[in-house]
Amino acid sequence: MELGTTAPANIVDDNGRLGDSVIMTRMSDAIAWCRKWSLFPYPFITACCGMEFMATAATHYDLDRFGAALPRFSPRQADLMWVVGTVTHKQAPYLRQVYDQMAEPKWVLSFGVCATSGGFYRNYATVQGIDKIVPVDMYIPGCPPRPEMVMDGLLKLMDRIQGHRKTVLAEAIAEGES
Amino acid sequence: MAGAFETGEAYLAALQALLGDTIVSQHAHRGDMTLVVQTSAVADCLEKLAAAPGLQLDVLTDLTAVDYLPRTPRFEVVYHLLNFGTSLRLRIKVQVDDGEAVPTVSNLFLSANWMEREVYDMYGIVFDGHPDLRRILLYPEFEGHPLRKDYAKEAAQPRLELRDHRPWRDTPPEGVG
Repeated sequence: MELGTTAPANIVDDNGRLGDSVIMTRMSDAIAWCRKWSLFPYPFITACCGMEFMATAATHYDLDRFGAALPRFSPRQADLMWVVGTVTHKQAPYLRQVYDQMAEPKWVLSFGVCATSGGFYRNYATVQGIDKIVPVDMYIPGCPPRPEMVMDGLLKLMDRIQGHRKTVLAEAIAEGES
Repeated sequence: MAGAFETGEAYLAALQALLGDTIVSQHAHRGDMTLVVQTSAVADCLEKLAAAPGLQLDVLTDLTAVDYLPRTPRFEVVYHLLNFGTSLRLRIKVQVDDGEAVPTVSNLFLSANWMEREVYDMYGIVFDGHPDLRRILLYPEFEGHPLRKDYAKEAAQPRLELRDHRPWRDTPPEGVG
């Protein structure tokens, strides 16, 4: 995403115009840029996908280069809730409570098939997808998803935060056609 | 069945000498020894098995249940015992029907406390004398006992109002509601 146009190369001309040390953009774009590059994750980790979350966050794959390294274990201080692993009906009210405690703007990322759709647990205990409890901004399927896939999902979420509102499916269809 | 006994027959003889006519039936298979005992006598049997010098089966490794609906008696509660030093193992079963209670062994084995709570939670079998018999895995508002064969496996009981979110564009994928 291009942040905006730069002013012309000559630093100060006779009319007092500014040089290329200044970037012109819209305020909403600039704020979205700051938000997406400094996400504070709330890792709501329940199960095995947590292992893959840790692998993605650690040095080999590294979430720090996306600015999303510093987890905040208080929802009051976080803006991206990663729901990692299976959520049961027993736990559902607490997931909702944590989500409600987060301040706007906030996003939810569903990590793994258990959080996305209940996974292979089709029974009385498992919530068949956390979008039945909280609104979800990005779904990352996998059991568990590879770190590369997690980072892909995170980058797509960051595009969304910037304001690129195309759906993932539309992008794929467009890529296929062109 | 490694341990103090050379043959299965010797093991069985020692068990019969100890427990006598509380044994209802027995079977053995590839080194496993299983006894079915009378329900009212199970706590005494386990106590004797733990104390007997030749056996000392003093570790309760598992306490669980099976639902054999539509057979009567419907349930079997299964106890797995171990002698930690000699690796001698024994399986004790009791057969109970719906509504019948089983004496608790939580005063003999501390691990039985939570294992009996799990059996109660999943099957509804009551353990007489248990100090704190309540659900352990499920939540208090849950109705029914889900590992019973007549509980529909997918019958969820949500604790909060679920959102009616449909993330597909036009038609749901196959098999989805």
